[in-house]
Amino acid sequence: MTLRLTNVSASLGGHQILHDVSLEVVPGQLVALVGPNGAGKTTLLSVMSGDVVPSSGEATLDGVPLPRWKIAALARQRAVLPQEQRLAFGFRAVDVVRMGRAPWARRSEEDLDDVVVAEAMQRTDVIDLAERSFPTLSGGEKARTSFARVLAQQTPVVLLDEPTAALDIRHQEQVLSEARRLAADGHAVVAVLHDLTVAAAHADRICVLAGGRLRADGPPREVMRPDVLGEVYGHPVDVIDHEGRIVVLPHRIDHPEESSCAPALS
Amino acid sequence: MTATLPDRASATADATVALPRHRGARATALFVVLGVALVFLTIYAAGRGQLAIPASEVWGSIMHRIGLDRGTMPTHPQGDNTLWQVRFPRIAMAVVVGAALSTAGALMQGIFGNPLAEPGVVGVSTGAAFAAAVVIVFEINVIGTWTTAAFAFVGGLVTTLVVYALSRADGRTEVVTLVLTGIAVNAVAAAGLALMIFLGDTQAREQIVFWQLGSLNGTRWEHVGVVTPLVAVGLVGAMLMARRLDVLALGDRAARHVGIDVERLRLVAIVLVALLTAAAVSFAGIIAFVGLVVPHLIRMLVGPGHRVLVPASALAGAVLLLGADLIARTAVAYADLPIGMLTSLVGGPFFFWLLRRTRKTAGGWA
Repeated sequence: MTLRLTNVSASLGGHQILHDVSLEVVPGQLVALVGPNGAGKTTLLSVMSGDVVPSSGEATLDGVPLPRWKIAALARQRAVLPQEQRLAFGFRAVDVVRMGRAPWARRSEEDLDDVVVAEAMQRTDVIDLAERSFPTLSGGEKARTSFARVLAQQTPVVLLDEPTAALDIRHQEQVLSEARRLAADGHAVVAVLHDLTVAAAHADRICVLAGGRLRADGPPREVMRPDVLGEVYGHPVDVIDHEGRIVVLPHRIDHPEESSCAPALS
Repeated sequence: MTATLPDRASATADATVALPRHRGARATALFVVLGVALVFLTIYAAGRGQLAIPASEVWGSIMHRIGLDRGTMPTHPQGDNTLWQVRFPRIAMAVVVGAALSTAGALMQGIFGNPLAEPGVVGVSTGAAFAAAVVIVFEINVIGTWTTAAFAFVGGLVTTLVVYALSRADGRTEVVTLVLTGIAVNAVAAAGLALMIFLGDTQAREQIVFWQLGSLNGTRWEHVGVVTPLVAVGLVGAMLMARRLDVLALGDRAARHVGIDVERLRLVAIVLVALLTAAAVSFAGIIAFVGLVVPHLIRMLVGPGHRVLVPASALAGAVLLLGADLIARTAVAYADLPIGMLTSLVGGPFFFWLLRRTRKTAGGWA
């Protein structure tokens, strides 16, 4: 189940967001999408999920253009974790995770529902929240519950939009190691990430997006270079090798003394 | 084509992790309570009125009708006749209309993802009222006494479809657009209604006003026979889409990601809402707030899952409207209060309370 974008351009509200992006996501890989604000990461993910139809170029899953997929069939092939977790009514966390099983309703896989939901909730550490009403959960708890919903959907392609944005370090590592495990199990996983060090630690491959163009694409060690990152982000960074792991440290902006606009205390 | 997870899942997830049960026990209790209430209220309501009939005699009359020789027949010479010619049709209509309005409300709130949505939003009631007023003012007579009801039904249905068609753009419908289009179309229909009131003579005006107030007075079995199949279709349709309505709570986009054809679901749901509401108002006139209040109360009791919410709302709506109609025809001697007035009297303050409660989250619109 390969997801392939060929020369994709996309516009939102008449404004062109993506320019000529070509990218292939294959099973067994965790691909991190990184880049500055407004680089088009979420739009690219929307093209991959089939929500946004490219204005030119083509996005295909398993060789079939995404718009030609039936909605239900596509839902059995790719799951999406949205950036924002909203819910209209006070469903319990376990009900929300069960919603991930919707594409498998009235199929033989439906018999696995309980097992799959329980396992997904265990893996994301939300089994204790099962009875809680989803709208009353904290941001991080919502994100993990939604991640459990995505896992419960059991799709070969998994798209995650900032899965770690609201998470503490323990749960951040937990979610990303689950994402890695999915990739190791043969799923194709794409995650939009902000923290470059985290991206370098977990991803098999990193795609750097800036101004709607793909600026670099490759294994962390090839992409995470001070010159590439410094140019893309418009800010100098150090890339440090810490016991075999890559750490990206942005340079601190030091204001000259006495130039602060805020009145000094004391 | 299946992902690799299932095999692993069955291997590792053992029975030690027990998922919380569905809220089955509470739902069952609610259905039992509502069912019992419906039966008792039916027998009680049938006995009340200008000609009082004891419950035991009502029971005896029902038993005789279904061929069982149990209980005592009504002692009053007109008792049996009154029950079967006047009271039972009216009770049946109250049950059917109550179930229809509440189910329509549950559907509406489900597809809007908003507990404040009501069938009136998409113009069913105003459209039906306008069409009914046209019939009354121009004394249109196509199918005899049925003309007003038929026109009201078609008017409600057409208005809803117009609202839906106008709010579609690029093959999709945004909820806010739908609501605002509803306001615009409602305004036009209301203007038409005002024109009809202006054109009509005193008698027509009176008729229009009372039609709008809503009443189950004068219901006959034939009316019940027409409305019931329409409502049955609506109820079955609503039940069939219950699980998909749950998923809609995730929002349009996320619902699509888990395989729900949101546009089609919404179109079918709106047609069902129009069918249910139009069928209900065609004979009963406008009965407001039932569709708003009932699903909300049920949600507070057994949670938002539509597989329980839809049938429980239908049942509770039936009980509520039956009770409201009992009050409407017995509260004042020799007078039949408009039932729509009663439901609005209770529903208005409830709506306000609801608004205050939800305002804490997002300006009352969430």
